[in-house]
Amino acid sequence: MERLFNFVYRYRAFFTLLSLEIFCVWLIIQNNQYQSTKYFNSSNRLVAQMNEASQNVRNYFYLANINSSLAEENSLLRKKLEKSERTVQFFNLKQIKDSAQFTQFDYVSAKVVNNTTKYYKNFITINRGADAGIEAGMAAISEGKVVGKVKSVTNHYAVLISLLNLDEQVSCMIKRSGYFGTVQWDGINSSVVSLKYIPRHVHPVVGDSIVTSAYNAIFPEGIFIGKIKEFNLKDEAPFYDIKVTLGLDFANLAFVDVIKSRLKKERDSVEQITFGESR
Amino acid sequence: MTREGIIQFISFFLYAIVQVLLLKNLVFFNTGFCFLYVAFILLLPIETNPMLLMFLGFAIGFIVDIFYNSLGLHALSMVLVGYLRNYWLGVITPQGGYDAGNLPNVKSHGLQWFLVYTMPLIFVHHLTLFLVESAGFGLFWYSMLKTIASLSFTMTLIVVLQYLVPQRKRI
Repeated sequence: MERLFNFVYRYRAFFTLLSLEIFCVWLIIQNNQYQSTKYFNSSNRLVAQMNEASQNVRNYFYLANINSSLAEENSLLRKKLEKSERTVQFFNLKQIKDSAQFTQFDYVSAKVVNNTTKYYKNFITINRGADAGIEAGMAAISEGKVVGKVKSVTNHYAVLISLLNLDEQVSCMIKRSGYFGTVQWDGINSSVVSLKYIPRHVHPVVGDSIVTSAYNAIFPEGIFIGKIKEFNLKDEAPFYDIKVTLGLDFANLAFVDVIKSRLKKERDSVEQITFGESR
Repeated sequence: MTREGIIQFISFFLYAIVQVLLLKNLVFFNTGFCFLYVAFILLLPIETNPMLLMFLGFAIGFIVDIFYNSLGLHALSMVLVGYLRNYWLGVITPQGGYDAGNLPNVKSHGLQWFLVYTMPLIFVHHLTLFLVESAGFGLFWYSMLKTIASLSFTMTLIVVLQYLVPQRKRI
């Protein structure tokens, strides 16, 4: 026994290294899990406030860009509103039968206080949290385009997993033909993502719009992701290699809208009843 | 706490704050990052206990991780650097050995020795960081590009700071 203690004592530096590294690996694995550690990330209040202060300085340099993109979005929304008002008048749909379907989604606008695009695993911190009704698992969009989903929430802040994160996958479809696939970032270019699992018999076209599909419970259907930049089909590969140019400039992200789906619980519970615990 | 302890205590927080508030926003060509906080561990006195080096490395890595949303990643790389540092110092001992209380900086050992000392350790740190972050060897060559770009950025800043900030020869 004494010899064992002597052995451990002699190589104590190595054993410390081993135990610290194992602890670090455990932390990394914990952190990679969806909806994980709550406090040791940038949604922590102190950390977020420091980030907010530094983002406030940074925002001055982007004011012109932010203004123009907000104005653009405003005009787009106004156009849409007018169109839908006309439809309502034309078809005389004044009395909406199922108001739950029409008010299914609610939006919370939030300011980005911390955002990275250059690492392999990027996250975005926003200045709204549980107080504004945000919960883990909600979707976030900006200018009507996909940003990511909420990972962890504290009272006043939330951390989003950016679409530019190797772990993030979003179910999507080619708008023109309706084929389903999955969008995932490949870690290199912050304006390009890969579209996977599009089978051989589909004929994609450069410029096709990629939007979110109704298959995922997080994003509403039809949120714009990007346009096909290039594709190629290797011999004997079951799926296409497709590159998609993102519609959103993640580096200049200033505001996001978090989507609260009022019917999500209902959908989840009915799926739970049907498919059981296996999902 | 001794005078030396207080100086190192302040520099610990200084490195951490500069890293997370300032250098986090500085990225060259999407590949060159600056992880100046590694210098904190590298510039501690030569006789520092390896256990202390590892724990300090863990602490500063952990703080950086909280801001980078990458819990455990920087801590892991820094613990490794803390462990390897004293072995590497032993390998590159100059003729006649180190004097008691010497600091491993340019002023006491010269630029050439300093480059030989810091470059491999920072390379190991960056490579571990990017490989663990990408979770495998799938992006190995791109990680290597990032490592080399970041290495030159970090090294430039560390060497420039050696001349800008007045250095002491010994404790």
